[in-house]
Amino acid sequence: MSMTGFWTLFWKELLRFLKVSVQTVAAPVLTALLYLVIFGQALEGRLQVFDGVRYTSFLVPGLVMMTVLQNAFANSSSSLMQSKMTGNIVFILLAPISYLEFFCAYVAASMVRGLAVGGAVLAFTAGFVELRLEAPAWTLAFALGAAALLGALGLLAGMVSEKIDQLAAFQNFVILPLTMLSGVFYSIHSLPAFWRGLSHANPFFYMIDGFRYGFFGASDVAPGVSLAVVAIAFAAVASVCLLLLKSGYKLRT
Amino acid sequence: MSLAIAQGEFFGLLGPNGAGKTTLINVIAGLARADAGSVTVLGADVALDYRRARRLLGVVPQELVFDPFFTVRETLRIQSGYFGIRANDAWIDEVMEHLDLTAKADANMRSLSGGMKRRVLVAQALVHKPPVIVLDEPTAGVDVELRQGLWQFVSRLNRDGHTVVLTTHYLEEAELHCSRIAMLKAGRVVALDSTANLLASFAGSRTTVRVVARDGTRHLLEIEKYSDLERELARLRVQGVEIADLEIERPDLEQVFLRLTS
Repeated sequence: MSMTGFWTLFWKELLRFLKVSVQTVAAPVLTALLYLVIFGQALEGRLQVFDGVRYTSFLVPGLVMMTVLQNAFANSSSSLMQSKMTGNIVFILLAPISYLEFFCAYVAASMVRGLAVGGAVLAFTAGFVELRLEAPAWTLAFALGAAALLGALGLLAGMVSEKIDQLAAFQNFVILPLTMLSGVFYSIHSLPAFWRGLSHANPFFYMIDGFRYGFFGASDVAPGVSLAVVAIAFAAVASVCLLLLKSGYKLRT
Repeated sequence: MSLAIAQGEFFGLLGPNGAGKTTLINVIAGLARADAGSVTVLGADVALDYRRARRLLGVVPQELVFDPFFTVRETLRIQSGYFGIRANDAWIDEVMEHLDLTAKADANMRSLSGGMKRRVLVAQALVHKPPVIVLDEPTAGVDVELRQGLWQFVSRLNRDGHTVVLTTHYLEEAELHCSRIAMLKAGRVVALDSTANLLASFAGSRTTVRVVARDGTRHLLEIEKYSDLERELARLRVQGVEIADLEIERPDLEQVFLRLTS
């Protein structure tokens, strides 16, 4: 493995989003804060969540994880898409960089962005709500797993999409509904049985539920099960990504 | 297609649009996969030993592509890193100086003119000092000044031992710089010889002589070989033509190109 090639591509991907940090960091933090203010104000005391946990405290880890998911996806998908559209992907394809290094660099950079923006949301909101951190190792494990999964999913979407509107459709019709219906704003125990059952088919639910376990020591599903779901989902998406990258799908003719 | 380019050559790939020049270059560079057969660069198979093959190659793509997030220097440092080179500023500075890019080192790629962007593409292909340089239409849309500077630099690299493979639509450039030329048509090599031999073989078959008479009339003579010239001129004199001016049109690569690819 050429470590310099991997590190350079990873560093280039970091620089890319840091150079437009108002758009890639500040804007999503503001969005999450608006969600907190609006939903916190509207639903505080109206929704039953975990015992002894206020709604706004419950909401914050959900918003943090939502931010991690969306930003990890956005980083790899938009970067690859832009490189394909402008043609500058050729500079990477001409270099002695393996498909594995390519995958690792894009996913690692996406994880950094997801965790950085999620961390910023947590830092900004922690002062306004009462938050415990009962099991930080679980919090960290789910944050890393979720960022890796969405980074890989973003890479896959960027590879498969030929136009910006195809990528936007993937984002709007797959990522956004799965995120919004994953329990960011509610506990699935407050849902009717049918919707509760359906939520278990949504992999994003396990990421948010497990992440919350790290804060409150309580969750809808055992955190070990949730982490296994995340790991299996990552393995599946990563395998597809690596197979496509190895074949040069829509990258090499 | 079977084609061998010797180390240290300045080799030209010519052919009409759609002949397969860029496809061939893409296969060599690993941007496209060959349906069958193999390509090696200094012994390295471009598919099986792609890391070594790509390190040996510096490719200037035909399209004017760039990454709008970075400056010229950042672009060249990143490209060096892709090839496993960490501290490369001394060589980057030298390349930028030769390509007249030093003043633009800290300018964002977006702010550069088309010609400047083309120079950066050339610089990117050279950051890892590749022994084989492939230039796919390097002077398309480039002003005369840059064209001359670019050829001086590439010729120097060739003199220093770099193999240069060039595709161009400017046939005079190929005629001037390439020691050997392959002409492609529909994915096949229709001519492969030294530039001098290609011109000489064409010169031997047909030469055009333009004659202007004292009364202003113009005559066009087609001769097979130069020894036929005297006979043709004598024929004109018999017809009462008094020759005021005479121009022998030497065959150029364009004529060879047109004849072989038409």
